[in-house]
Amino acid sequence: MDFSHILNSKKITLSVVLGVFLTVFTCKAFAIQEKQVPEAAVENKETSKFDPSATILEHIGDSHYFHVGGHIAFPLPVILYTDKGLEIFSSERFEEGEKAYQGKYYQYALIKDKVKAVVADGKTIDETATVIDLSITKNVASMWLSVLLLLIIFFSVASSYKKRVGKAPKGLQSLLEPVILFIRDDVALPNIGYKYHRFMPLLLTVFFFILINNLIGMVPFFPGGSNVTGNIAVTFVLAVVTLIVVNVNGNKYYWKHIFAPDVPFWLYPIMWVVELAGIISKPFALMVRLFANIMAGHVIVIALISLIFIFKTLGIAPVSIAFTLFIDVLELLVAFLQAFIFTMLMALFIGSAVEEHHH
Amino acid sequence: MTGSIAALGAGLAVIGAGIGIGQIGGKAMEGISRQPEAAGKIQTAMIIAAALVEGVALFGVIVALLGNK
Repeated sequence: MDFSHILNSKKITLSVVLGVFLTVFTCKAFAIQEKQVPEAAVENKETSKFDPSATILEHIGDSHYFHVGGHIAFPLPVILYTDKGLEIFSSERFEEGEKAYQGKYYQYALIKDKVKAVVADGKTIDETATVIDLSITKNVASMWLSVLLLLIIFFSVASSYKKRVGKAPKGLQSLLEPVILFIRDDVALPNIGYKYHRFMPLLLTVFFFILINNLIGMVPFFPGGSNVTGNIAVTFVLAVVTLIVVNVNGNKYYWKHIFAPDVPFWLYPIMWVVELAGIISKPFALMVRLFANIMAGHVIVIALISLIFIFKTLGIAPVSIAFTLFIDVLELLVAFLQAFIFTMLMALFIGSAVEEHHH
Repeated sequence: MTGSIAALGAGLAVIGAGIGIGQIGGKAMEGISRQPEAAGKIQTAMIIAAALVEGVALFGVIVALLGNK
């Protein structure tokens, strides 16, 4: 497919992307209705203190709604795989978590932002039902948006390479060429060695996937701001990919180093345990590092904004905004750095698995 | 006294990261002053090492956050 005309045209490309995204994901936005609450509850709400940690956890967590701002949110599809069969409906049915929805097989409700099968009263979790949640959540939607962006960008760059053979790069191509060369010359080649060519597609994909998700996560308004790379499930999958690639490509020297290292034979049982722990702990460290860095970035930004509401004064706002800006600039660096470090360590682990023995 | 002991854990993690990043920064300065022409390379290596140390500190912060629930 050739998408280059989209990016080569002078029209704003973002509107195309957003248009596709919105058509795919939304039926209609709805305004959350002001709830009818009794007088006493209103008073209680005003006197209750602002809880920053609840706000932070809500913002970094996943959701069945894609909030645009204020009281407007896009409902996202809920897909459930129950023990009786598949259920698909819109999260609009929950009316912002207020109501239970009677599905084909069970009754469902949002309990702490998770879809659970409930018994007739709509509050108690039905323990007999097995429900696997495969919903298109906010993070999934955001990840698909970034994948769409990556496809558009890289198909256009690839086609301009085909068209401009032997000529200097142009436009988007000249933005990405140094980055791709950097991954090849400074990440893949030194760490993997002469066999680097096979792993370039993987390394580039991982690098740009993490980078674009980090960057989209930093955009404070719709459709950015979801915490994709700061979600442990996403980094877990990336780490599992690393684990599989490293061990599938491990040569005989790699396995000899694990099962028959140059130590007295009675040390073997200890060495096996240590080396097998090493196999698992390397991807585990990758997983937690990316997750923790990105999540901590989101937490700090929201915590600084929360200062305004904790002190209940506008006077603190300039300080809060200044700190937030500073942290945001730092997070821009971290977004690049974490994508780079993940790719580099992945290359390093692959390199240790494919290198030839030299003694 | 109220609050969670998890905050103490986060604080201890930050001490470790502070020592680590301090060492890295100090040694990098030393290296640059000995060999100013290698400043670029030293800076890159320094930032990578600092990010690795920071990663370990964030492990602690995450555990503290989870323990806070």
